[in-house]
Amino acid sequence: MEYQIVIAGFGGQGLLFSGKVLAYAALMEQRELSWLPSYGPEMRGGTANCNVIISDSPVGSPIVQNPNVLMVMNTPSLDKYEKSVAPGGKIFVDSSLVSRKVERTDVEVTYIPATKMAGDMGIPTLANMILLGAIVKATGCVGDEAVLAGLKKIVSAKHADLLDANLAAMQAGKDYLA
Amino acid sequence: MQEKTLMKGNEAIAEAAILAGCRHYFGYPITPQTEVAAYMAKKMPKIGGTFLQAESEIAAINMVYGVASTGKLAMTSSSSPGIALKAEGISYLAGADLPALIVNVQRGGPGLGGIQPSQSDYFLATRGPGHGDFHVLVLAPASVQEMADLTGKAFELAMKYRMPAMLLADGTMGQMMEPVVLPEPKEPAAQSPAWAAVGTECKRFHNVVNSLYLDPLTLEHTNFERFERYAAVERDETMWEEFLMEDAEICVVSCGITARVSRNAIVEARKRGIKVGMIRPITLWPFPKKPLQAAAEKVKSFLCVELNMGQMKEDVELAIRCKKPVDLCCRVGGMIPSPDEVLAKIIKANEQGG
Repeated sequence: MEYQIVIAGFGGQGLLFSGKVLAYAALMEQRELSWLPSYGPEMRGGTANCNVIISDSPVGSPIVQNPNVLMVMNTPSLDKYEKSVAPGGKIFVDSSLVSRKVERTDVEVTYIPATKMAGDMGIPTLANMILLGAIVKATGCVGDEAVLAGLKKIVSAKHADLLDANLAAMQAGKDYLA
Repeated sequence: MQEKTLMKGNEAIAEAAILAGCRHYFGYPITPQTEVAAYMAKKMPKIGGTFLQAESEIAAINMVYGVASTGKLAMTSSSSPGIALKAEGISYLAGADLPALIVNVQRGGPGLGGIQPSQSDYFLATRGPGHGDFHVLVLAPASVQEMADLTGKAFELAMKYRMPAMLLADGTMGQMMEPVVLPEPKEPAAQSPAWAAVGTECKRFHNVVNSLYLDPLTLEHTNFERFERYAAVERDETMWEEFLMEDAEICVVSCGITARVSRNAIVEARKRGIKVGMIRPITLWPFPKKPLQAAAEKVKSFLCVELNMGQMKEDVELAIRCKKPVDLCCRVGGMIPSPDEVLAKIIKANEQGG
């Protein structure tokens, strides 16, 4: 199974970071992967996205054309990517920020009020990780142990407290699905 | 062997350069290659190297000339408009037969253009990286692993043949992260090459590093001598990769990011029973003429996939002496063709035959 993942929203929501967590987790599992961010002025307050591919064979194009996993954290991103999702794909929507429902009927949609949940938990900047927790659980694209090992690579020892916050956020996302 | 790590292409270039023994980097920031300079700024001071942000691209390339004159590995990096500014300095490096690495992480042009990926400096790199009669080695990576490997290779070849090398990447390659196994570290060479201008200690005649020859016969001689070296480079150093070419009837020719996109399209076309393969030039100069000539004997047609208006297509047509039709699939300005767009061209080529 090749996971073709698009993570999209506003710049500053931690989208590239979410993708990095998946990328590092895949690295820990010795799998093939690519991580491609959007770059340029759009990252500052405009829309931003990143493409992550996790595969068991070498990755061809790092550009995701038809994602089978889509995470959206604003309405413009849903507008932009909804049509591109592969039939049977999974869409994860931050329903605190996205004002409409997904129109496609041939995809699996999960609505999570991630931004509201993150605010209630006192970690308002980690809504991205709540969604990511749900993605990891629902798709099994990477394993829990690999996510932990990957997170440890990205979050420096200096910010060890943030590691716990990130894990708590991901757990909240998993629990929401249950 | 070193551990597999995740790196952006730009960071892989910087780290690989350091591992190759380069301790002198001169640059000026420009998107989408600024991570090269940022990485060097962090790392060079810690290992006794030099990172210098010059006042301009032109200053940076001339600083490279200075260090290269002493026989040491020196590099600069920039993106398209910045490379154009360096053209004069690159010509002087070639004229003085100096090794150096110039990294070009291409963006859309002409003019200031945009900041999204492009391959529109193909002509600039392979035809006119400066005034005068000369070539630079041109290497085109198609993965983060190759960003690292070809950086080391570029230094090695530049030193061996005493000529500048250009790593010709694009914005996608610079910005994307992939697992990479970094090469084993090499210490900077302890001994200076025989031609280096490092002081005579009163033991030998002066080495002169210069590109000015007012006597035409002498200047002609330097040109002839240089082209003899170029012939050796063409004979011994041409690099390419073949993908599913054994029974191919259509040959895709593409480098860098578009080769990656083409690979997806080729796999899809094969599922539909279309016999298509790819020749991916890794060195753009020297251009892999021989495998293309060999392919021209077997395939019905060629398809160039590029992020420019068909610059490499000219090299393919030249290499195969226009023996077979060569079609073009291109997007420009920072756009990248989708695998579906490439597939549509492959299907069209298959229907048309030879």
